[in-house]
Amino acid sequence: MTREMTGANMVIQALQDQGVDTVFGYPGGAVLPIYDEIIQQDAVEHILVRHEQGAGHAAEGYARATGKPGVVLVTSGPGATNMVTALTDAMMDSIPLVCITGQVPTHLIGNDAFQECDTVGITRPCTKHNWLVRDVDDLARILHEAFYVATSGRPGPVVVDIPKDVQFATGTYHGPSANPAAAHKSYRPQVKGDAQSIRAAAELMAHAKKPVFYTGGGVVNSGPHAAQLLRELVDLTGFPITSTLMGLGAYPASGANWLGMLGMHGTFEANMTMHDCDVMVCIGARFDDRITGRVDAFAPDAKIIHIDIDPSSINKTVKAHLPIIGDVGHVLEDLVRIWRSSSLKADPAAMKAWWEQIDAWRARNSLAYKPNEDIIMPQYAIQRLYELTKDRNTYISTEVGQHQMWAAQFYGFEAPNRWLTSGGLGTMGYGLPACIGAQVAHRDALCIDIAGDASILMNIQEMSTAVQYGLPVKVFVLNNQYMGMVRQWQQLLHGNRLSHSYTDSLPDFVKLAEAYGGVGFRVDKPGDLDGAIEEMIAVDKPVLFDCRVANLANCFPMIPSGKAHNEMLLPDEANDEAVANAIGAAGKALV
Amino acid sequence: MNAQANPTALSAYFLAEVSDKIETHTLSVLVDNEPGVLARVIGLFSGRGYNIDSLTVSETEHEKHLSRITIVTTGTPMVIEQIRNQLDRLVPVHRVTDLTVQARMANQEKPLERELALVKVAGSGDKRLEALRLGDAFRATVIDATTDHFVFEITGRTSKIEQFISIMKPLGLVEVSRTGVAAVQRGAEGL
Repeated sequence: MTREMTGANMVIQALQDQGVDTVFGYPGGAVLPIYDEIIQQDAVEHILVRHEQGAGHAAEGYARATGKPGVVLVTSGPGATNMVTALTDAMMDSIPLVCITGQVPTHLIGNDAFQECDTVGITRPCTKHNWLVRDVDDLARILHEAFYVATSGRPGPVVVDIPKDVQFATGTYHGPSANPAAAHKSYRPQVKGDAQSIRAAAELMAHAKKPVFYTGGGVVNSGPHAAQLLRELVDLTGFPITSTLMGLGAYPASGANWLGMLGMHGTFEANMTMHDCDVMVCIGARFDDRITGRVDAFAPDAKIIHIDIDPSSINKTVKAHLPIIGDVGHVLEDLVRIWRSSSLKADPAAMKAWWEQIDAWRARNSLAYKPNEDIIMPQYAIQRLYELTKDRNTYISTEVGQHQMWAAQFYGFEAPNRWLTSGGLGTMGYGLPACIGAQVAHRDALCIDIAGDASILMNIQEMSTAVQYGLPVKVFVLNNQYMGMVRQWQQLLHGNRLSHSYTDSLPDFVKLAEAYGGVGFRVDKPGDLDGAIEEMIAVDKPVLFDCRVANLANCFPMIPSGKAHNEMLLPDEANDEAVANAIGAAGKALV
Repeated sequence: MNAQANPTALSAYFLAEVSDKIETHTLSVLVDNEPGVLARVIGLFSGRGYNIDSLTVSETEHEKHLSRITIVTTGTPMVIEQIRNQLDRLVPVHRVTDLTVQARMANQEKPLERELALVKVAGSGDKRLEALRLGDAFRATVIDATTDHFVFEITGRTSKIEQFISIMKPLGLVEVSRTGVAAVQRGAEGL
């Protein structure tokens, strides 16, 4: 069905036809025609943020918490450039995002017009694809294509840049194609894995003596069905399983085979299992440098099976012996079926020995910390938060830094899509808007942003958004008055010279919350923590919770940069001298 | 470094056999001829630190608006594989073919590769005669001349063009314009 309408109208119509219920945005000169349509309809709700970056992260949070694409609407020039961080973040973490930007009228493009920037040029390397729409008759096709590209294959952000005259112009609108995959000229993501390779993978797994599943955000992106299949496969095989930061929740933290997160701040057992394994089944993860540590010492004896939808992830940093290109859900379905129908079975004696070894590593209790009766240890704060919220319908976001790692270590995730964090880009300021995005999608859920005192100030203005829309997000600030992770690295690398990692003049978070129209809490005694958390949960308003924690606590265990999985710095060994000498000359150049 | 040749499972230091031999490959990339497509390809190379030795692009199928980009690049086999996959990931890219790998599989040394150069040489006397004589020997065509200069048009493999240019240097080389490499696979089959 086709209809004549204006470009601005097409945008709203396309959003509706794509099943979009929420848009995060900020108006400006070059998107006014679209905003004029937004106010005249109520099928698509618009959430007004306070900074375009906030709109981007809110849309990411919405996307991660729902599995649907997040949609953003911002103006030209600064509106678009402020989106760049969020787009890059979504690119790194494979989050589907459709960002619509206004642009100066076509006849002014290239003229250095007011609020003009080369949006498609600037966003080219940080989007999966982008379009500048020069003709209103291309607009409907491009908008539908944008949704298809953002959500299919390896998901990612896309930008549709629409000049103002195109928004005013009248053209022909048509609805989404019934089969967008067939309609596309060149883009063909491979979703089905090669059957022969999957069979070979099953054989290899059945003969493994020391296997491990290493899973990532791809499992979450593939949908709840994929997480279900993963659990089935773990049950069938009895293999141990670890996950990247992005993949937490795909396998439940309470599951018997769970080793905890792996990588730089992963558990000892997860990293040692990875190092010593003979068959590694990597599912929807990409061998990031935070995971591998020293690449030439990474899992030296392992035969690596790598399941990924993106062929460019294969053999990028670590050579895969058996690559399987396809969507995790599809591949796992085939793998589970083959495992069942061929009656394959893991070697019971080998598995028994392997688990004994793993249990010995586990007994090392690598997440241990010294409890303190007078000062709140940050780990303790997360543990209490977890215990007091775990039976609720929760969504947890984080900012970036020590608090993020402690959240990953101490908050147990039982289901996918419950954990929203900036993994690849490491964007401070991600957590509050992402939490708002999750709360918009799940109004009755308990949405908590676990934050640090430095990170939270990067997008604190979004408290105002939360208040405006009655979104009772809870910001749980682990306040140590430092950029804790920066300080930790200065201790590791730079002779404890704490250059600009201490925050003087922090705001009074309680008053700040009240200034925004929210509620503030401050706690500095371990004994008061539980009560305050309970109160925080009960408040039906946005909350800033100023949790004063031990200022100098550091995040362990840790694989110092340039080191291997079996060279972890464990908390009880991390004295000042060990910390100062943990990283060698070569490692110092790494990030 | 205290690396061990025969790593045990518990050893931290392990040196994998890394094949880091640098190879030169010629890639053929079929793309939609839409605005910005070349910027996407070039941006990918600069952003990820890959090399471009030569790049040639032109619309080759007008009715389908398809352009063919020929890229000569260098890197380890792992990097070349990455380049191919990263190019393939770009939305307007239809197909990426590594012509060098295809040639190898067909037991050929290289795919067919040709380059065209316009070479301007100025001078008089013996040098001028020598330039003309060598132009002839290289089967270069004179496409412009005055009593002071020649412009040669020369076609051939990159190595031949390089050789011609270096020979012309002492004979009054003024400037050179090169097309970069165009390449196809030998035999009856297309991409």
